[in-house]
Amino acid sequence: MSAKISVQNLTLMYSDGVESLQNVSIDIIANAVNVLFGPAGGGKSTLLRALNRLNDLADVDTAQGKIVFNEQNILDPATDVIELRRKVGMVFSRPAPLPLSVYENVIYGLRLMGERNKSLLDERVEQSLRQAVLWDEVYDRLNDPGTSLSGGQQQRLCIARVLALEPEVIMLDEPTSALDPVSTAKIEGMLATLKERLTIILVPHNVQQAARTADYAGFFLQGRLVEYAPGKELFLKPREKETQDYVTGRFG
Amino acid sequence: METAKGERWITWIIKISGYSSILFVSLILFFLAREGFPALGEVPLKDLFGARWYPIEGYFGIWPLIFGSVLVTVGALLIGIPFGIGTAVYLSELAPAWIKNILKPIIEILAGLPSVVLGFLGIQLAAPFFRQFLNLPTGLTAFTGAVLLGFIAIPTIVSISEDALNTVPSTYRHGALALGANHWQTIWGVTVPAARSGLLTAVMLGVGRSIGETMAVMMVTGNAPVLPRSLNALFLPARTMTATIASEMGEVATGSTHYHVLFFIGIVLFGISLAVNLTASSLALRSRKRAERLLS
Repeated sequence: MSAKISVQNLTLMYSDGVESLQNVSIDIIANAVNVLFGPAGGGKSTLLRALNRLNDLADVDTAQGKIVFNEQNILDPATDVIELRRKVGMVFSRPAPLPLSVYENVIYGLRLMGERNKSLLDERVEQSLRQAVLWDEVYDRLNDPGTSLSGGQQQRLCIARVLALEPEVIMLDEPTSALDPVSTAKIEGMLATLKERLTIILVPHNVQQAARTADYAGFFLQGRLVEYAPGKELFLKPREKETQDYVTGRFG
Repeated sequence: METAKGERWITWIIKISGYSSILFVSLILFFLAREGFPALGEVPLKDLFGARWYPIEGYFGIWPLIFGSVLVTVGALLIGIPFGIGTAVYLSELAPAWIKNILKPIIEILAGLPSVVLGFLGIQLAAPFFRQFLNLPTGLTAFTGAVLLGFIAIPTIVSISEDALNTVPSTYRHGALALGANHWQTIWGVTVPAARSGLLTAVMLGVGRSIGETMAVMMVTGNAPVLPRSLNALFLPARTMTATIASEMGEVATGSTHYHVLFFIGIVLFGISLAVNLTASSLALRSRKRAERLLS
């Protein structure tokens, strides 16, 4: 187990004075499902958005500490954010295909890179849709608008469009919160296969999903990382009282 | 018991005001048709769509007027659309919050500026400027009218376009950015296309606003009902349908052929505005349906 991303003493504050992350240190383990969970407002999404610098859009006042990815501190202003976002892909909680066809949605990121080779694009579309377990459902309607798919299919389409860039890390922020149980199961199953190839960071939408999927789990509470441990350990015998209370449903 | 009775009263009042607007519109339509359609019997169709508008001599060709309106409106849109949509994109995607908070209300106030005031500015400032700058015999041309109308249409276009851009879910933007798009690519590749139907509605309403505008164009276009022979016509005086009705209606004998033809022009104008509005609202409706599909 090696660290793919190493977050060191990260403190992050929004300009309205809300402190979102307090001195968080966490190693994201390569080729594993890293689950970040806890009640709302705990700082999970803030951490994700720091990892691909999507936080640049928000009013971040201070960001102290380091995030090391491929031996580089990505908080360094000199970081090429566009390159970073291609390597650290992100899937959002509400499926939002772009107003384009299924095919164009998948290759959107590649198009932005200037890729024009038709056979490579075709190949990448099939490969990504297969990885996202969507190919069998959409192979005959690649030219339909992405928004014509069902909610579960749309979310897998959003995953496919991230995979098309062949990222090293994929972050999913409550990817199944708007989906039915069948679609949820499909996505969770997909993660188990995907982790052989890349590193996964998942913010689950409930504790059960966290327990089902976690290889490693970190429990966040009000901006602090309370506990971080292999999934089985954390859910079966948590070290901290707060973790135990949350996992057993005493609060949350 | 008392409240139930009061409720019934209120329901009735609301119902009557609702129906009355339909009634008024149909009355206007009826009146317009009654005064306008006799023109078709009095002037042969061939002459009515002839090339000369010279009512005193009995020439009632409305082509020069239709053409004047189209020329001025198209010119106005060529100015209004790029500036209007550009401003809207700036306001919604690029401007810092405090600039937006100042600019948006100002633009909306601009939309309420009486057109006669703009016409006055047109005569006093724009026309002499264009005459000198473009070396024309007169500054009162179709071009001056188009520029002025463009300025009149811009606030409408900006205001509605900006609303349309704002309703694009931020997940689209974040999704594109997270895939490695830069700000520019996100705006032109994702946000603007996603707001497409709203932007079209804005443009259509801008068209409606320009084609129906009377006062400002009457003041600055020079009022010469001539059928343009070349592109040069843009820099010559022209006259629109609205300006014709407004300037001649006061002097015409009620019930005369001229009077009926002026109403007929009104019918043509009404037809054009109706077509524009129907297109706009059907586009808006289509976008609403798409949004519903997205949410389900």
